[in-house]
Amino acid sequence: MPSFAVTPGGTPAAESGHSVGVVEARRARFDAPLELACGQSLPAYELAYETYGTLDQARSNAVLVCHALNASHHVAGCYADNPEDIGWWDNMVGPGKPLDTNRYFVIGVNNLGSCFGSTGPTSINPATGRSWGADFPLVTVEDWVDAQARLADMLGIRQFAAVMGGSLGGMQALAWAIRYPDRIRHALVIAAAPNLSAQNIAFNEVARQAIMTDPDFHDGRFETFDTKPRRGLRVARMIGHITYLSDEQMEEKFGRALREGLRFSFAPEFQIESYLRHQGEKFADYYDANTYLRITKALDYFDPAIATGGDLARALAPATCKFLVVAFTTDWRFAPARSRQIVKALVDNRHDVSYAEVIASHGHDAFLLDDPRYLAVVRAYFERIAAEGSATTAKAAP
Amino acid sequence: MNEYVAPLGGRADFATIAAWLPSAARVLDLGCGDGSLLAYLSRIRGARGYGIEIDDAGVLASVRNGINVLQSDLESGLAGFEDASFDCVILSQTLQAMRHTEDIVREMLRVGRQAIVTFPNFGHWTHRLQILRGRMPVSSSLPYQWYDTPNIHMCTVADFDAFLAERRYTVENRVVLSGGKEVSVLPNLLGELAIYRFRPG
Repeated sequence: MPSFAVTPGGTPAAESGHSVGVVEARRARFDAPLELACGQSLPAYELAYETYGTLDQARSNAVLVCHALNASHHVAGCYADNPEDIGWWDNMVGPGKPLDTNRYFVIGVNNLGSCFGSTGPTSINPATGRSWGADFPLVTVEDWVDAQARLADMLGIRQFAAVMGGSLGGMQALAWAIRYPDRIRHALVIAAAPNLSAQNIAFNEVARQAIMTDPDFHDGRFETFDTKPRRGLRVARMIGHITYLSDEQMEEKFGRALREGLRFSFAPEFQIESYLRHQGEKFADYYDANTYLRITKALDYFDPAIATGGDLARALAPATCKFLVVAFTTDWRFAPARSRQIVKALVDNRHDVSYAEVIASHGHDAFLLDDPRYLAVVRAYFERIAAEGSATTAKAAP
Repeated sequence: MNEYVAPLGGRADFATIAAWLPSAARVLDLGCGDGSLLAYLSRIRGARGYGIEIDDAGVLASVRNGINVLQSDLESGLAGFEDASFDCVILSQTLQAMRHTEDIVREMLRVGRQAIVTFPNFGHWTHRLQILRGRMPVSSSLPYQWYDTPNIHMCTVADFDAFLAERRYTVENRVVLSGGKEVSVLPNLLGELAIYRFRPG
């Protein structure tokens, strides 16, 4: 299972605590149809998920971790048959880690439409007996959250202590707060935005065009042709990767360093070129093109304020949970200014919110890395949640 | 990770501020440090609101203290807050360290119905004596040397009276403390810490 893009030089080791160890992915099947935002309905579907820690007697210590673009339900630990396959947020989740599995019951779930075990374009469409491919409907952040809520029902969790996520995962936490206000006590919204900017959508569109104009794409029916739009996926990943890193970090890690001097050719000469090609290559190996198209669309569509005429504060009015919002100074994909819009909308509603703006050089990727200030704030926030206990008392406005 | 270090000289202003707040007031605490004032006001007066702090260690300590803290630079103003959205905006022992003094006071009275400002009184006799001797004052309320002080806009009680009067702000309360006790005689000479509550004219 692939992890999210990790910046070269980013330390995978945790600040403290240790790994949850060997974990097992499970699959939950749902036979009640799920109505999607696009108007279609999924008659039945499966969600791949993992859990770490123990659900307490009161079923009040559950934390849902939502994943970003290309990650999965494999949040922490490793697999018995593949110890190298470490969860994408292993530095955050585990015994003694900021999200401490000695105290919390943590759930990672693969989103609907993804390609790591939950029902998606690579799954079999029962209506045709072949994989869904290009016929899989476009799903939204809200659809994911609805599906996650059914998983919570199945696991007997009426209310999460917290829903947490970075980037697109943070958007899911926001959607949870709006859509199921009585089912979450805290939302941790990290390196996210209230919607995508024109520039964000533009990058997504270039990535989609790279895939869709690949001759091997075949209108999304590439599987029938026993092929895969690898070139498109590679370019899409290279573009995405540039937006995850800061200019500063790229300069520091690669600068203008060359592999073997100038050769007056179009072979990769600069280190940054070979790095991006390597990332693109890896991505093309494990990722599904139809999934990539759909997840970037889900990002583009996310805009809770659309229902309130662009008024984010009114969109967030139904929320009753408390919030921790975190942004990173060199993140230009979802810059701190975007997080401050979320904070302002929450303050306008008198919702409880804390906001940390972490000085970090790693750009958007910083949310996955070991910045001691960042991890300390998240740790302190989870300690505070534990101190509050599970009382689901009605919130008094601040 | 640096631990948050509380300002020297204690926080004798807390009790006075608490006494001036209506119960369950909505409060914005500018430069909230470790959040101990907000936590105190919430505990004894049922106050609710937010602290603003720029320092990482202060933000972390505030999260630990269970208050709502927003990491932000006060020098860039209070753009994230609507007009009259708080009962009271507090600036406790921070005014003297701010670059844009007038701007922040104006912003406080925009987002709050009233403002509470506390500051170390530069007019205290020990400070005057040190200046007469030709040295910059160092005391329990001003514990810095001239070269390492964060305090760039020192003022006296008389200065701040004049500042508020020039802007036609209405002073609701003024208390000057020395050793935690109120000074009623010659406050600008004998007072260490001044606490004002005021509102727009």
